[in-house]
Amino acid sequence: MAETHSLQDMRQQAAVAAKVFIQRDYSNGTMCQFQTKFPSELETKIDKQQFEETIRTLNNLYAEAEKLGSQSLIEGCLACLTAYTVFLCMETHYEKVLKKIAKYIQEQNDKIYAPRGLLLTDPIERGLRVIEITIYEDRSFSR
Amino acid sequence: MKSREYQQIDPKALPTPTQSPPSHQHQAVGDDGRTPRRKWEVFPGKNRFFCDGRIMMARQSGVFPLTLGLILVTSGLFFIFDCPFLVKHLTSCIPAIGGVLFVFVLITLLQTSFTDPGILPRATPEEAADIERQIDDTGNASYRPPPRTKEVLINQQVIKLKYCFTCKMFRPPRTSHCSLCDNCVERFDHHCPWVGNCVGKRNYRFFYTFIVSLSFLTAFIFGCVTTHLALRAKGGKGLMFALQESPVELAICFFSVWSILGLSGFHTYLVASNLTTNEDIKGSWSGKSGEAVTNPYSHKNIFINCCSVLCVPMPPSLIDRRGFLPADEPAQTSGVDLELPNPSTKSDINVVGGSSHLVLDLQKSSADFSLFLNQTKPAALPA
Repeated sequence: MAETHSLQDMRQQAAVAAKVFIQRDYSNGTMCQFQTKFPSELETKIDKQQFEETIRTLNNLYAEAEKLGSQSLIEGCLACLTAYTVFLCMETHYEKVLKKIAKYIQEQNDKIYAPRGLLLTDPIERGLRVIEITIYEDRSFSR
Repeated sequence: MKSREYQQIDPKALPTPTQSPPSHQHQAVGDDGRTPRRKWEVFPGKNRFFCDGRIMMARQSGVFPLTLGLILVTSGLFFIFDCPFLVKHLTSCIPAIGGVLFVFVLITLLQTSFTDPGILPRATPEEAADIERQIDDTGNASYRPPPRTKEVLINQQVIKLKYCFTCKMFRPPRTSHCSLCDNCVERFDHHCPWVGNCVGKRNYRFFYTFIVSLSFLTAFIFGCVTTHLALRAKGGKGLMFALQESPVELAICFFSVWSILGLSGFHTYLVASNLTTNEDIKGSWSGKSGEAVTNPYSHKNIFINCCSVLCVPMPPSLIDRRGFLPADEPAQTSGVDLELPNPSTKSDINVVGGSSHLVLDLQKSSADFSLFLNQTKPAALPA
């Protein structure tokens, strides 16, 4: 609770020092994956392992969202038979995983990034183009 | 040749937002001062929105009313004139099958036309500045036009990603900018004037189901009308007399059956090889340049290709039409503030007509790159 409170305080009081953008990694095709290369601007802010772990987990979650398994196959065939009207009523598999991702990012922000004066923005708010990491000015957050 | 002007990014004009609070707290208000504005109201592309952002189409609806009209008229004539006769002489399954096909066609048509085809929202000013800044790493924080292409390796093949000057980002693979809608669309297939919308990643399966079920419907109606005429002609009055009674239906069905069957066959081939119309027309993977290129997105298995196109989990709409605008965030502008006089100045227009597959493919020469204006705004560049 206290951590969320400080996150909101930070958003409203601290000034933005810089923004880092993690671009998409297209080496596996059009799947939604982000580059795990550690940006130089974050070297003093966060541990490289920690950062790579976050990105890797996000990549795994997006892969899960887009996975072509037997379940999605059955869902696809059933949807086709109903002229895809089920999409109007049901929450799709992708949307369910997006909620999981949003929760994971919130958790990472609260536990790891906010105490270091950083903020991860959910890629869905940027059209799945980039992961935006906002670096806040280091004032009262360096302990 | 008219070129797209490059607008230099002025870093001083970049917004420095405090992280925007949850959107329902401070919202941009509408004209009446009370209702908060939604994002679709300031959407920069050339689209039309209905039902408060739930439904969207291209601004140019093309011949969509004609498509709808033809389907309704032909089916209406079928139910009114052919069905009573055929129910009496054959079986009552006929209107049932016709009804199911008709409903299927209508629903899939409306879904194709009204769904977001997979539009990519334009890059925020900070993102655009970041891409341009990355290019020059000699220590100078200057902003220059980025190189036109960037290369990535996909499945051991070099794919060139193009920079989109309107959307200010490097387009993902298989994404193309539709000049009619002024949007980058993921897995862009073509802009279909018959459905009044682009066909892309999110609505390709609706489009495919639409044309397949339409082929069945037109073939079915054609068969029923022919049977009706044959039975009537046998009844004694002769074929010519029978023909005079239902010319409209027969004409529409006869001409559309071949073209729609052809289109369905073409798209079945595309689905089985995991290709888009755009790639097929440009010959991206046919090795025209002499190198041994194969489609890097194909799974080399027809069944898996079909599944990956038609049965993949439905991706979400990335443009968040119904989200509320925060009050302090400026509406995403159209990037380059140019009035494009007519679509023919834009590179790559692929418009596929129904029966004749009209394709206009105008490629801009790379000489345009040298026509970029350095400074169009009076703001100063940083040192």
